[in-house]
Amino acid sequence: MAMKRDQLLRNFHQAKWDEPCIFELGTPGERGQILPEVEADIESEVGDVWASLPENMRRKEKAKLPEMAEMQVLRHYLRMSQATLGADLNVDVGQGTCTMKYSPKVNEKIARSPKMTETHPLQDVSTVQGTLEAVHGLDEILQAVSGMDKFTFQPGGGSHAIWTIASIMKAYHEANGEGDQRDEIITTIFSHPSNAAAPKVKGYKIITLYYDEDGVPDFEALKEAVSERTAGIFVTNPEDTGIYNDKIKEFTRVVHEVGGLCAYDQANLNGIMGITRAKEADFDMCFFNLHKTFSAPHGCGGPACGALGVTEKIKPFLPVPLVEKIGDQYQLDYDLPNSIGKVRGFIGTTPVIVKAYAWARALGSEGMTEAAKVAVLNNNYMLKHIREIPGATAPLSDVKYRIEQVRYSWIDLCEETGVTTHDISLRMADYGFHLWSSHHPFIVPEPFTIEPTESYSKNELDEYLAGLRQVVKECRETPEIVKTAPHNSVISRVDETVLDDPSKWAITWRLFKKKQGFEL
Amino acid sequence: MNKKKFVHPYIPNSVPAVQEEMLKDIGAKSIDEMFDCIPEEIRFEGTMDMPKPLSSEYELRRHMEAMMNKNVTCEEYISFLGAGCYQHHVPAVCDEVGGRSEFLTAYAGEPYEDHGRFMSLFEYTSMMAELLDVDVVNVPTYSWGQASATSLRMAGRITKRDKVLIAGNISPERYMVMKNYCGTVMDIVMVSTNAQGTLDLDDLKSKIDGDVAGLYFENPSYHGALEVNANEISQLLHDNGSLSLVGVDPTSLGVIAPPSSYKVDIITGDVQTLGNHMNYGGGMGGFIASDDREEVVMEYPSRLFGIAPTAKKGELGFGDVAYDRTSFGVRENGNEWVGTHAALHGIIAGVYMALMGPQGMEDLGQNILKKGAYAAKRLNQIEGVALKYPETPFFKEFAVDFTGTGLSVEKINKELLNKGIFGGKDLSKDFPYMGQCALYCVTEVQTKETIDTLVSALEEIVKGSEA
Repeated sequence: MAMKRDQLLRNFHQAKWDEPCIFELGTPGERGQILPEVEADIESEVGDVWASLPENMRRKEKAKLPEMAEMQVLRHYLRMSQATLGADLNVDVGQGTCTMKYSPKVNEKIARSPKMTETHPLQDVSTVQGTLEAVHGLDEILQAVSGMDKFTFQPGGGSHAIWTIASIMKAYHEANGEGDQRDEIITTIFSHPSNAAAPKVKGYKIITLYYDEDGVPDFEALKEAVSERTAGIFVTNPEDTGIYNDKIKEFTRVVHEVGGLCAYDQANLNGIMGITRAKEADFDMCFFNLHKTFSAPHGCGGPACGALGVTEKIKPFLPVPLVEKIGDQYQLDYDLPNSIGKVRGFIGTTPVIVKAYAWARALGSEGMTEAAKVAVLNNNYMLKHIREIPGATAPLSDVKYRIEQVRYSWIDLCEETGVTTHDISLRMADYGFHLWSSHHPFIVPEPFTIEPTESYSKNELDEYLAGLRQVVKECRETPEIVKTAPHNSVISRVDETVLDDPSKWAITWRLFKKKQGFEL
Repeated sequence: MNKKKFVHPYIPNSVPAVQEEMLKDIGAKSIDEMFDCIPEEIRFEGTMDMPKPLSSEYELRRHMEAMMNKNVTCEEYISFLGAGCYQHHVPAVCDEVGGRSEFLTAYAGEPYEDHGRFMSLFEYTSMMAELLDVDVVNVPTYSWGQASATSLRMAGRITKRDKVLIAGNISPERYMVMKNYCGTVMDIVMVSTNAQGTLDLDDLKSKIDGDVAGLYFENPSYHGALEVNANEISQLLHDNGSLSLVGVDPTSLGVIAPPSSYKVDIITGDVQTLGNHMNYGGGMGGFIASDDREEVVMEYPSRLFGIAPTAKKGELGFGDVAYDRTSFGVRENGNEWVGTHAALHGIIAGVYMALMGPQGMEDLGQNILKKGAYAAKRLNQIEGVALKYPETPFFKEFAVDFTGTGLSVEKINKELLNKGIFGGKDLSKDFPYMGQCALYCVTEVQTKETIDTLVSALEEIVKGSEA
């Protein structure tokens, strides 16, 4: 069947290799690597070291790993990669909140140089000036982007940055003798789940603000929530809804008035980069996910970096070390009087930092602002056309424009046809697209979230829209096809019941073999 | 839009004609009006203060390469640095798979279009489970420090106790991560190290009480010492209703007893050593592992991927196990939190284990044991230089005491650096009671020649100071 070019739909089928589990592959005796030689002189000098170890420290049976030759391992994983729809392959606008923008290949090439990969974090700083220059350079760029005074790159993701902020808030209030008194953190229901979860780990009570009639966090509720017990607020703007909260500076004022700190979750900065900054809205801290707004690839879920920027007042509380330039040398500064210590080993996921630095250098100030503007243009183009799809709505606000993303709802379509947003997502996979719903809980019923970023062309956006229209058409005409999707993806629908049943769940292959809780 | 327009290769719709068309379609006069919702007061005007762009890929690459060329690598010099980040050979297939566009740029797809992501991570956890000899392994967290900190929290929830013991010979960096992670809500008590560099059992016995959720120790310790009393440690803990928590180096497990053999409850460690480059400390990924007891599994904060049947016989399906224990499922009511961590490093570690196989992991362990023993023996023969714990078996790392040379480790390392050698990590600040010790790391990448070069260099440095 030819591609239906008039509808921009592809006659898609994802690679389906019926690839067995790796434990079913290989043959005893095969191997994929040979170790470097242990020279005869060493052998004769040290003898059988293993035999000299205490009995209880010696492994007697070999690990039951697969036995495979090198090419066979490669082939297995290439098949696995073909069964994975990365952003490089698809029009990845359906993973809202996550800013699936282009991760430039040149940055990969740079980060994969031995000059980067073969350096050890404890080398004398004089031998890693290049890496430290990139880290320091990105620090300065992000200071310009945010108006903050210093960045740490130690957090290994956005949630980890939230954790770091919660730790800083605790240390800050403790330093002021208010550590016990200030035991509440305020956040919002449309912020990432970690804004509630990570401060809870620090021992905070969590207060969650819902939204008002404009679809933004309820300012009146905030005024009621703040008190002398407020340690701080974690707020995102715009939230996953894409609706800009124009009272944001009022939010920080109210929290500051009671002595709390204000943290801006800017994991996704993409729509307002160069347009408005954390500083002007009076935030004490903000963080950017370098694997989102700053183009580093998402890597199936990390490695990542939540670059955390703070004002001068908060800097003494940052984790150590910081990268500072002293004279013409870059140094690691451990001398922070109130430091929370460490949230991760060494200085952070350095390759991610280097890639983000390179991206920022490729764009410069004007380019970053253009990226934000085009991301917003693309989003509003999508919004206009999705609003025209019968059965799709953009709830919570009727304003004409949203910023960088929109949380939509299929509720009307679902009630009309009996399909769910999950069904629709799986049917989109049949056309080579990914469509994500929302974080839990689903506040917007039958949600889906689209964020087109600046990376996709108008033609590609049209193609994605054509996919949505097609699936919506099918919901009405052939709902069974949607309800039983996917049909052209790698596998058909998973029986998820075994995943919640302790007698059947099989978190590893050996557990599956042991339990025999189901057949494949 | 009359002035010369910025059109960037990363931004297709920066083409003016396309923007005009889209604006017309939307019914907007300009993109700027889409930002009218942002109050003037907080609008940023002007340009952000940053260097001018390197718009061409060529200029960018030249700039970045010139910068990176200021680095000296552990391949150009000889390095004996470890202490939480390790130089191992990275097989080419690991690089190939880790660099695949599909894996590199995937994120949060469903187990259908991202079947390969789920299956590769399931296979990683399954192979790690074989190496560790346990049944449950998580999708990787940020690093070993985070994994071990979480193991303390898990122990607290499982036992409903809020005191944890930590061995004094663990990594200071990991200790700092754990302290920040647990310190505000749990009591942390350190257990001393004995003269052999292993855990002081008497001190442990004196500190175990009814409030103790568990003890975290490392095997090998931060100083490379094998914890020869591991079985007894676990027994003491279990007799007290406490959990035994251990951090291990997976590259040791081809030759060193798997933690299951000394009855630990939760195992943690890092996958950097399994096919991930050092990357200046950026190659890390933490694993958490245990048996399949429901009360333990339900306390994991991480994603756990399980295998499942599909509507079609013969297909392998995958999905999240017990999703509602996570913060993704129930926000602050979940276990700790989950987010973007280090998944790709897990996939690469899986590739590594598949390539190595049972024999490769054993050979790796043997290789490290022998080269380490050789290096230790040779260093111990240098005048004034001694192994700190000469009687204690070790893996990969060992503490070398330079006190007898009258030189500080700092001075010695500076002179080694001049000779193109990164000496072992200086322990004198973190462990002052050990004197002028350095932690030397010897992996399979060392040869007789590199070790002999180190020994000669140290001999010269020590002799030079005497002269």
